[in-house]
Amino acid sequence: MAVDLSVDFAGVKFVNPFVVAASPSSDRLELVGRSFEAGWAGSVLKTTSVEKEPVDLVFPIMAGVEVEEKRLGGLFNIDLISERHIDEIEKDIRILKKEFPDRVVIGSIMASSREDWVELVRRLEDAGADIIECSMSCPQGEGGSIPVADPVLTEKVTRWIKEAARRAPVCVKLTPNVTDIVAVARAAQAGGADALCAIDTVKALAGVDLETEEPLPSVGGKSTWGGLSGPAIKPIALGCVAELAQNVPLPIAGVGGITTWADAAEFILLGATTLQLCTAVMKYGFGIIEELCEGLAFYLERKGLSTVAQLRGRALSRLVPHEELSRTYKAVSSIDHSMCQKDGLCVVACRDGAYGAITLGPDRLPLVDEEKCRGCGLCTAVCPVPGCIKLRPVAGGNGRKGRL
Amino acid sequence: MSLKITRSERRGSFEEFRRTLHPHEAWAEASRCLGCYDAPCRASCPAGVDVPGFIRRIRTGDVLGAGLLIRKANLFGGTCARVCPAEVLCEKGCRDRGMAWPIAIAALQRFACDATIQAAARVLPPAGTRRGRVAVVGAGPAGLAAAVELARLGVRAVVYEEKERPGGMLAAIPPYRLPRRVWEEEVRLASSSVELCLGRAVALEDLDGLLAEHDAVILAAGMGEPQGLEIPGTELEGVWQALPLLVQVQQGARPRFSGRVAVVGGGNVAIDAACTVLRLGAEEAVVVYRRQKADMPAWPSEVAEAEEEGVQFAWRQAPVRILGEGGRVVGLEVQETRPGEPDASGRCRPVAVPGTERVLPVQAVVLAVGQRRQRVPAGLTWDGDVRTSHPRVFVAGDLASGGATVVQAVGEGKRAAQAVWQLLG
Repeated sequence: MAVDLSVDFAGVKFVNPFVVAASPSSDRLELVGRSFEAGWAGSVLKTTSVEKEPVDLVFPIMAGVEVEEKRLGGLFNIDLISERHIDEIEKDIRILKKEFPDRVVIGSIMASSREDWVELVRRLEDAGADIIECSMSCPQGEGGSIPVADPVLTEKVTRWIKEAARRAPVCVKLTPNVTDIVAVARAAQAGGADALCAIDTVKALAGVDLETEEPLPSVGGKSTWGGLSGPAIKPIALGCVAELAQNVPLPIAGVGGITTWADAAEFILLGATTLQLCTAVMKYGFGIIEELCEGLAFYLERKGLSTVAQLRGRALSRLVPHEELSRTYKAVSSIDHSMCQKDGLCVVACRDGAYGAITLGPDRLPLVDEEKCRGCGLCTAVCPVPGCIKLRPVAGGNGRKGRL
Repeated sequence: MSLKITRSERRGSFEEFRRTLHPHEAWAEASRCLGCYDAPCRASCPAGVDVPGFIRRIRTGDVLGAGLLIRKANLFGGTCARVCPAEVLCEKGCRDRGMAWPIAIAALQRFACDATIQAAARVLPPAGTRRGRVAVVGAGPAGLAAAVELARLGVRAVVYEEKERPGGMLAAIPPYRLPRRVWEEEVRLASSSVELCLGRAVALEDLDGLLAEHDAVILAAGMGEPQGLEIPGTELEGVWQALPLLVQVQQGARPRFSGRVAVVGGGNVAIDAACTVLRLGAEEAVVVYRRQKADMPAWPSEVAEAEEEGVQFAWRQAPVRILGEGGRVVGLEVQETRPGEPDASGRCRPVAVPGTERVLPVQAVVLAVGQRRQRVPAGLTWDGDVRTSHPRVFVAGDLASGGATVVQAVGEGKRAAQAVWQLLG
């Protein structure tokens, strides 16, 4: 069965849902051209601003964040917007739209006054940008202030931009660094936004060098707060995208930690329309587009679906407030001894972090006491072998003892 | 971790001697791959399989994508995963890059190919009809790979095979190494997208007829003729040619051996024959080889596996004659050799040492002293790759290389097809 990966996002057609996010990977004509040749459907050009806005970079700009043995569990950056002059970016957009008419060129803009926002929208739109993405969400620079932290400001700025835009849909990029992302998204909608992009990087620190005591990355001995991206933030991004999809009727560009086709499918199941990638491209190169498209197409085919739209949001109805979850469902830990590495990690985790239901049996194989087991899931999470420990549903309540 | 079943389980059994990876093992192994940019594993695969690409697909849960990516480059992916000397090809590339423990690429390829055999037909091109007409002689891995590649390029290819079945030398690989269902399925797959004329012998000595009817000819007729050994006694009962014996066993025959069996030769066929006669009941198998261990053409890993299974080796022993009683083999007379001057292959020529003759008491002798190719037209020469001295004749596979691996045959078949494509303009 033929699978059609193309999607419609705020009236703009994408040949597939995969877009290079605003990043160093979209900051030069040559790079964007190569990404399009590799098969990417669109590219959000690295954020630009008006001429008078200073872009004063420091180096190093990045630091990898290790998550146990994973060397690039996250990527931290204190990068700023594009250093290139807006004139050059306009010129690039013209060339790109001429050479790649079926690819989507998204202009990303950032400004600090109404006149500047308006000027940027007009110039990029005139140059041919298909979509305007508003970067009001970057956690670094500008003294740490971000318009989208404040719903009132978000609505106001969005309205300025929307009034200036004559043709291109306006997409507001949201930050996860707020208490209520839905409130900000609703404000953007009230201001006239056509779409949302979630999430920008998560405000963070990369770490501290224990020998020199310098926070990382060290810029001549000192560092600063910046944004975290990559696999480490995927669950945060998924949470935000799902919340937005359930509450705000605007198409969503999902971004944050997407590395594989499976990550992409999760974002789509939770309501994303397009998917933006940055860290994965910076690590593996534009070539991963092939495995992303192919993997997603095979997945759709396996599900008996022929378009991405048929998959979109299918998991949202299964996402409910805590109080609506079943109080009678019970599952118990079920260990496949043929896969067991006899490491005992489940035993110690259950003993010290759960209900003491797992013991080491003969030949170091873990045994589950189904009376004691509440099916909490800790053992499935700590087991080093995927699929070795599963939760098996059983009849008869979850054994709750809590205060009601 | 060893994927081999235990030695005692291997005794007498033609079941596959290495098991396939479990999904969680494949995932863990795939997670170790660094995904090198200019991947040395890919560069050292004669068929050009995108190794980091298929490993990443396994890692991300797209096993179908992994299997199809392998088969796009090599239709015999499941076969090669079992018979490739990976330790001198892809896995060597990985180790040379500095990985202390190279990724188990062959095991991962087998995992992906076995899991996706049902979908494998999706990588097949429709039969080539757009242009040209090319004769491919021989339906072994090289010929079939060439024909499929021609089809992919839109060229009509006709494969002539003298035997009644396609597959070539795959039929002589012992089933414990390569189960029949694996290679037969892959051969069936490859055959399904090409025009195959079975039972059609082509006299290689005279290509004029073929050249008159075709735009180009790809010779991939292999080295199917066993080489004879010019010593007395080869007519005795109990003397076997290794290749026909191995073919019989692949087809399900189980001739009985007993006592001690000598296998004469030092290549992979000799190793396969020795391990096979042990499974067929021989109490001992001795590989008798004229040169020293380091000179054996057999892959070191296969020699090590044979030693593990109890095969004995008599190095630097030249067979002199086979002794018989009542028409049956009772012994093999051998003579010690010493390394002489290096020959064309760079190995020392074995020189017999007079006075060292002795008799090995054996009940059977299996001859595995190599194969030779059919005669080709006088003056037709080639060196190195797939082009020959005739602009419309190309070579691939063992015929071209003098005997190598399945994966090299596939690579040559593909390159020969591409060379034909260039010729057709």
